[in-house]
Amino acid sequence: MAFLTLLRKRLFGLVLVVFGVSLITFAISHLIPGDPARLIAGDRASDALVAGIRHQLGLDLPLYHQYGRYLIDLMHGDLGTSIRTSRPVLEDLQAFFPATLELALVALALAILVGVPLGVLSAVYHNRAIDQIARTLAVTGISTPAFWLGLGAIVLFYGHLGWLPGGGRLSEGLAPPPTISGFYLIDSLLAGDVNLFLDALEHLILPAATLGFVTLGVVARQIRSAMLDQLSEDYIRTARAYGLSKWTVILRHALPNALIPSVTVLGLTLGDLLYGAVLTETVFAWPGMGAYVVKSIQSLDFPAVMGFAILVSFIYVLLNMAIDLLYRVIDPRIGEVN
Amino acid sequence: MTMHSSTPVLTINNLSLEFPAYKNNVKALNGVSLHVNPGEIVGVVGESGSGKSVTAMLTMRLLPERSYRITEGSLSMLNRDMLAASEKELLQIRGRDAAMIFQEPMTALNPTRRIGRQMLDVIIHHQKISASDARQKAIALLRDMHIASPEQVLESYPFELSGGMRQRVMIALAFSCEPQLLIADEPTTALDVTVQRQVLLLLREKARQKGTAILLITHDMALVSQFCDRVYVMYTGAVVEQGCTNEVMGNPQHPYTQGLLSGLPEMVEPGHPLMTIPGQVPNLASLPVGCTFEERCPHSMPVCAKRPNLVSINGNDQRKSACWLPVKELS
Amino acid sequence: MSATLTASRRPRWSEKLAYLAYQIRRSPLTMAGLAITFIVLLCMVFAPWLASHAPNALNLAERLAPPSAEHWFGTDEVGRDLFSRVLFGSQQSVGVGLFVAFASCFIGGLLGCFSGVIGGRFDALIMRLMDIMLSVPSLVLIMALAAALGASLFNAMLAITLVRIPSYVRLARGQALSIRQMGYVKAAQTFGAGRWHMVHWHVARNAMPPLLVQLSLDIGSAILMASALGFIGLGAQQPTAEWGAMVATGRNYILDNWWYSTFPGLAILITATGFNLLGDGVRDLLDPRQQGK
Repeated sequence: MAFLTLLRKRLFGLVLVVFGVSLITFAISHLIPGDPARLIAGDRASDALVAGIRHQLGLDLPLYHQYGRYLIDLMHGDLGTSIRTSRPVLEDLQAFFPATLELALVALALAILVGVPLGVLSAVYHNRAIDQIARTLAVTGISTPAFWLGLGAIVLFYGHLGWLPGGGRLSEGLAPPPTISGFYLIDSLLAGDVNLFLDALEHLILPAATLGFVTLGVVARQIRSAMLDQLSEDYIRTARAYGLSKWTVILRHALPNALIPSVTVLGLTLGDLLYGAVLTETVFAWPGMGAYVVKSIQSLDFPAVMGFAILVSFIYVLLNMAIDLLYRVIDPRIGEVN
Repeated sequence: MTMHSSTPVLTINNLSLEFPAYKNNVKALNGVSLHVNPGEIVGVVGESGSGKSVTAMLTMRLLPERSYRITEGSLSMLNRDMLAASEKELLQIRGRDAAMIFQEPMTALNPTRRIGRQMLDVIIHHQKISASDARQKAIALLRDMHIASPEQVLESYPFELSGGMRQRVMIALAFSCEPQLLIADEPTTALDVTVQRQVLLLLREKARQKGTAILLITHDMALVSQFCDRVYVMYTGAVVEQGCTNEVMGNPQHPYTQGLLSGLPEMVEPGHPLMTIPGQVPNLASLPVGCTFEERCPHSMPVCAKRPNLVSINGNDQRKSACWLPVKELS
Repeated sequence: MSATLTASRRPRWSEKLAYLAYQIRRSPLTMAGLAITFIVLLCMVFAPWLASHAPNALNLAERLAPPSAEHWFGTDEVGRDLFSRVLFGSQQSVGVGLFVAFASCFIGGLLGCFSGVIGGRFDALIMRLMDIMLSVPSLVLIMALAAALGASLFNAMLAITLVRIPSYVRLARGQALSIRQMGYVKAAQTFGAGRWHMVHWHVARNAMPPLLVQLSLDIGSAILMASALGFIGLGAQQPTAEWGAMVATGRNYILDNWWYSTFPGLAILITATGFNLLGDGVRDLLDPRQQGK
């Protein structure tokens, strides 16, 4: 299908999804028992005050009207105001997003670095000892509760060994580097501050390793599956029949072809990591979106939670779109009329 | 028909192979013996399950190493014991001394790489020449295969070519290092009928030109009769009849061969019905003790409970049949 | 290459079972999964008998005691025996996981089959809805939903189930659509088979294998999700023992009392691993690649 048509279709889908998500989040936030106006005003406020707040928030309007206002606000990028921080939700999320993204990207990198070789070995030595070990590792990875692993990591590496810090992005007293990308690793290097870089790195290791561990299983399994598919294809047999060595065939023929369909999964994994970071950030006191959301949930700050849901859905769908388009670039077969 | 008396390029001697499986092992090959002389075109014909493809794959050790077991016999190609050959030796032999082309040209090439790249990979691997020399060679090879615009083909991806074209590319690749033996495993089965003939003619032309022997694996008796010098008929993992094509086609001795031939429109008088062989191929995991064709044979006798050996007919060592029936002469 | 059972007659149940056992034996990981799952289920069912103490029995004299012969997993901050709490906790976490997986599979499967068979506007609407639900990262939606409905075990189960329905709907619908095209269904239609008959006999039955595979793979992650909710404080409330919640509470005491968070978390890990291994085994068994290539 032509590129523009695809793009148009995707954009339409994006709009539809955001619309749908907004409907869902709006519906959920009206499921809450209790009166948000009273929650804000406090128990001892007078009825008049509560009514005033209710009017201010537009809560006395009919539902569809409220939803309409909600949608309009959304289109202006207004995700509401957080009850807890009293700041616009979008502002809060923007402040915390880079921290989460940095963590997610490093974790993904680790997961790929370990997961891909594991997957390849698993497929090549299908059903042999290495495969069983690798598969066990992968399954253990995806079965591990990240919050528990993180806790354990802190106890071991911070509590007992004292090798690494127990939380946060930087040590006490250190100021973050001037914001260029929002990533401390990059910004500190750009500012030429090696000590800051090392400190940020130290703080990044445990949370990224924790997240990476529970993700490498997904990567390894996907690569294994894709590799097994490729290795049973005829062209592999042809390559072998013409004298190419086993590992040449595996790495230069099978693996690239296995990575193509895996791009989808890997991309989605990034999306999963973004919200999977939710619990890990809590455990490591990592000032990211995840920690923000958990606190919001626990304090019943619904605008914040809904805002998070919409933002992440938006990112997720955008990511999907990007992957689709990327696919057309890397696979020469797509776009042909078959 | 050229017959050299020098050493055969391929000798298989009493080879038996089985695949370990759930209850009983699958006996894919049972005492197969065949040979291919330099420059000749030998056909191996049979249904699926006859063991012909296994034989082909085994000659270059292309079967997954741990999936099978050789229970007896030997296989040597160009004076090398292929069953004992090391991985290093195999990397040299494959594609250079012997080449193989497969049934499905649609999937035989890497779909995400251009043809040129794939051909160059093989040529450079075996011949250690420069990339530009290899490219020239590839172009010459493609032109030799009667492909009109070789440069364009080199730049194409496999999916951009037709099945027949792809098979020509495969044949070009097969001949790229001047092998002495070319094993063709059902090379035309997946192609249109009109293209089939073209491809086989091409194959034969090039083989005669370069003195390459061909081992043609097929289920199609008509192809064998047109293109092969000698033929082996296989059934349930064993050779049941062999000889010069003319003799086997003209005067088939084994009931199975007769059955196969009587199903061909070309071999039957107009007005006579086409025959099929009743029944099914027996399960390779539980072969009968006696003749494996007995239950489907129109001439079965009590003595068939003992498995017949492959015996020479009329003293001709190249003409054999595995049947208890007396030799049938041409009337 | 694996030998198929004799082609000429349909294998008996006992033969099928023997073959199944053979295939399972060949995969040590699946066997491990089976063993673990079995043990966990035993713990779940026989918790009252296996536990050494009552799970909610306070004993302030023995607060935060390390593991000992008396208290295998130690005690928590109000002296409750952790071993017993972990055992009883299995009922919450595993129970939720199983319920969620089966419920979402059943509801989603049915909805998907109907959607695929009925087609038209109904189908389009359902699919749009499912697409939307699938775009929202499940964890967030679950948390939001559970928080909105109020923190309780039932609401947690409801939330997780709802969120997992779309993938089953998609799966079932895909199956329904391809089965609908098949020859034998069209043949049945020419004999006057009604829609309901079609759905029941043909579509639902043949759509089952992929659904079952998905189900077996899902149980593990359902358990993880349930404990994640517990960790945040949604899900089963105190004093009911729940693994995630126990890890969360233990976090406050973790540096000096390592056992508190460790054992419940380990329980989650082992249980999820067991179900995941089993799920993998089921999927491999039904994977066409394994069967005689």
